[in-house]
Amino acid sequence: MGYLLKKDWWKWLCVVLLTYTVIGGLLFPVPKLPILNETIRSLHFHVPMWFGMILLFLGSVIHAIKHLRTGEIKYDIYSFQLANMGIAFGVLGILTGMIWANFTWGEPWSNDPKQNASAISLLIYLAYFVLRGSIQDEQQRNRISAVFNIFAFFLMIPLLFILPRMSDSLHPGNGGNPGFNAYDLDSNLRKVFYLAVIGWTLLGYWITTIAIRLSLTKQKLEDA
Amino acid sequence: MLKYIFGILMLIGTQFAHAQVEMADDFRGEGKIYVVIAIILVILAGFFFLLFKLDKRSKRLEREIEEK
Repeated sequence: MGYLLKKDWWKWLCVVLLTYTVIGGLLFPVPKLPILNETIRSLHFHVPMWFGMILLFLGSVIHAIKHLRTGEIKYDIYSFQLANMGIAFGVLGILTGMIWANFTWGEPWSNDPKQNASAISLLIYLAYFVLRGSIQDEQQRNRISAVFNIFAFFLMIPLLFILPRMSDSLHPGNGGNPGFNAYDLDSNLRKVFYLAVIGWTLLGYWITTIAIRLSLTKQKLEDA
Repeated sequence: MLKYIFGILMLIGTQFAHAQVEMADDFRGEGKIYVVIAIILVILAGFFFLLFKLDKRSKRLEREIEEK
């Protein structure tokens, strides 16, 4: 974290990957599938929001644990800002998903298990912010919200990865199937998709580092 | 023999099924997709520019406070 805050090379990596995502994602040949038609290209934009959210939340929970172990305020700042960006990615994921679902499934919200579960896990994370906002004492706030962060992360895993797979879902890769089954064979989609995930996640992380910088600076001013 | 005929029929069948799926091929054929890509890339470039600038500004602020 400290290393990435100092270095800039990964920002250029983000620029390159996202430029590639837009060009490759819109131009490369895609499998011709009924229902999805051309909207299959949303895979490079909608799904990375969720992957990015999970990665940002993972970073957040790691720093929450670090904060609990060391008690250092900077880890709390990392953890909080990463969770913040994770929520933003989740909201964008839900909104883009609703637009996509309106076209493919006929309605923006069809109470699909994965839709519901992702909404619930976002609500749990929103509770994290409510909790943080409601505690006056700073040290207590940081510790309690770090504990809640761990709870929220490990609740998200079954909600997003296990429960939707135990029932029938409109999402591909659910209802007992391994993930990505429907697209699995298509190497053209894969060529863009994995890089798109890295690119979008880096963009989220980049914005987060600016927020972290501001928080750290504010902290320094308060200490001085 | 019957197997071959059936196989060929299947092959034609799947080809036909593929052709049935409606894609935006005309739109692409006319080259209009490049307009869309250009627009998205310009917007992305704009945001990247702003991000780099914001990055620089916050770093400068950091340094100024450090020096004090």
